[in-house]
Amino acid sequence: MIEMMYREALRRAIDEEMQRDPLVFLMGETIAERGGSYKVTEGLWRKYGPQRVIDTPIAEASFTGMAVGAALVGCRPVIEILFIDFAMLAMDQIVNQAAKYDFISGGQGTVPMVVRTQGGAGNGLAAQHSQSLEALFYHIPGLKVVMPSTPQDAYGLLKAAIRDEHPVVFIEHKLLYMTKGPVSEEETVIPLGRADIKRSGTDVTLVTYSHMTLKCLEAAALLESEGISVEVVDLRTLSPLDKDTVLSSARKTGRVIIVHEAVKRGGIGGDIAAMLMEEAYDDLDGPVLRIAGRNTPIPYNLNIEKACVPSVADIVEGVLRMV
Amino acid sequence: MPTPPAKGGSPRPPEPILLGMYRSIYATRQFELKCIELYRQGLIRGYLHPYIGQEAVAAGACAALNPADYIVSTHRGHGHCISKGADLKLMMAEIMGKATGYCRGHGGSMHISDKRVNNLGANGIVGAGIPIATGAGMGIKVRGTDQVVVVFFSDGASNNGVFAESLNLAGIYGLPVVYLLENNHYAVSTPIECATGCCDLAGRGPAYGIPGICVDGNDALAVYREAAAAVARARRGQGPTLIEAKTYRHGGHHVNDPGLYMDPAVLAEWKARDPLLRTRRAIDDDARSAEIEAQVDAELEAAVAFATNSPEPSVDAFLAGIEDR
Repeated sequence: MIEMMYREALRRAIDEEMQRDPLVFLMGETIAERGGSYKVTEGLWRKYGPQRVIDTPIAEASFTGMAVGAALVGCRPVIEILFIDFAMLAMDQIVNQAAKYDFISGGQGTVPMVVRTQGGAGNGLAAQHSQSLEALFYHIPGLKVVMPSTPQDAYGLLKAAIRDEHPVVFIEHKLLYMTKGPVSEEETVIPLGRADIKRSGTDVTLVTYSHMTLKCLEAAALLESEGISVEVVDLRTLSPLDKDTVLSSARKTGRVIIVHEAVKRGGIGGDIAAMLMEEAYDDLDGPVLRIAGRNTPIPYNLNIEKACVPSVADIVEGVLRMV
Repeated sequence: MPTPPAKGGSPRPPEPILLGMYRSIYATRQFELKCIELYRQGLIRGYLHPYIGQEAVAAGACAALNPADYIVSTHRGHGHCISKGADLKLMMAEIMGKATGYCRGHGGSMHISDKRVNNLGANGIVGAGIPIATGAGMGIKVRGTDQVVVVFFSDGASNNGVFAESLNLAGIYGLPVVYLLENNHYAVSTPIECATGCCDLAGRGPAYGIPGICVDGNDALAVYREAAAAVARARRGQGPTLIEAKTYRHGGHHVNDPGLYMDPAVLAEWKARDPLLRTRRAIDDDARSAEIEAQVDAELEAAVAFATNSPEPSVDAFLAGIEDR
């Protein structure tokens, strides 16, 4: 394994895939010579040239639509939408075009494109640059949604996303780009749709993804010193959802809390809780809980911003309430 | 009040092109008249947007393309589809919702695509095809082939944001895309004069560094001439062109819209310039045109029989194919 930052792991995935397949190309705002606002594409413009690492004007709707068109004629575009908030400008192309084409055409053509974007609060960027909007995409049949928490997962899952025949919304987290972790030296593709048990435990299951995985692991370490054994299931891919891993962990511990940064109302947590009710009710020792973002736009001030998303203390408290 | 374009002769294209255009126009007209009849009988459902009156635009533009070139179409797409070489059987079956249709009954009139002839498909969202075509142009560039894309869209779509973004993008990268603006003067029922402060829609091309050309959209020969020139430029790597083809619907927005907002006098003027009759006159050989008509009539009859006798999609098989969660 090699120690690598999350953003370096993403870059390595893109680099390897561009090397492997000349039909992979990149489009986005200031991703070329500047290397992207979060430096994920740094150095790729120099290596692959302006034909394959393409700066676009600020035109999310149309460059997302261009990815659909390029995918339909045989390419594998990877676009970067700088903030998930800006993906709202491209919803027609993501939801009505990319997600529908294979179905509408009766299977005449798939849309192998990746929308890389990032979300989440934590840098004082206020309400239009801090949202967690994954549920909007999770709700749409025809889209895959990936939210890796570690450099290794970011690396292996992005490679799988680029190779996938269908549109993938690949959501990074702004607080993860500088985090470090071990990444396999040999080339690794992590299949979409498989959760990862980041920590084994027997008393309570925390189902989570993206940046909240780190907080759940921190909470689990604290709880261990109190004699509570917590299992942390990192979904990694929201759609397709790895039901089997969630269900078997729930059956093992009998107690489940879903933890996500996105607003609780209408979030992924509600859907997973309902799934557990439908399929594992008899194996549960009590109601499924959700620990999630508060029902508010994200404020600018760092103190009140922090209060809007779950903290390690919130997770510890939730587990203690349950056992 | 929209002004019909001036009368004027166009240089004759090679004979096979002329006959091919007439075949496209006649087939589209007959196909849609048949669809309207089947719609009235309840055999076609949903939305059906006739192209009647505008057929010369698709016929002229597609005549300028090679089979490997791409088109991107609209909700009013039957003419584009037929002119690019669709199989009438598969089209009719799709519009009748049958399992044997182009899209296995998933798409219907607004969503027909035809991979075999590089028709990337119609679209139910006005304007959405414009960036898709722009991206197809980018894909062609990345792959390094000499294909060209023609994207059809309406005056209505030209007021959508993606039109501006896409023309700008195509201008930056010099993409091999021909933007074919079919100005039929109405966005559903809103006249173009009420939808923009500037009715010179071709003039929007130069605003993005792209040639903008205006052509009589009811004159297949003129559309062919301008499209062929634009396609040749794109193929030579000289970038995109915006062509505004002025035309007019012979009826309302869709099959259930009587179009009462259309001025009968203006409509009559445009009907007098019916692209079907004009192209037939240009052939100037009744035997040749009659031969084409007989072929199309037989094809259409076979298509209706094929579609009528085709099975509905299986509900069980459809549901079995859905992966929940």
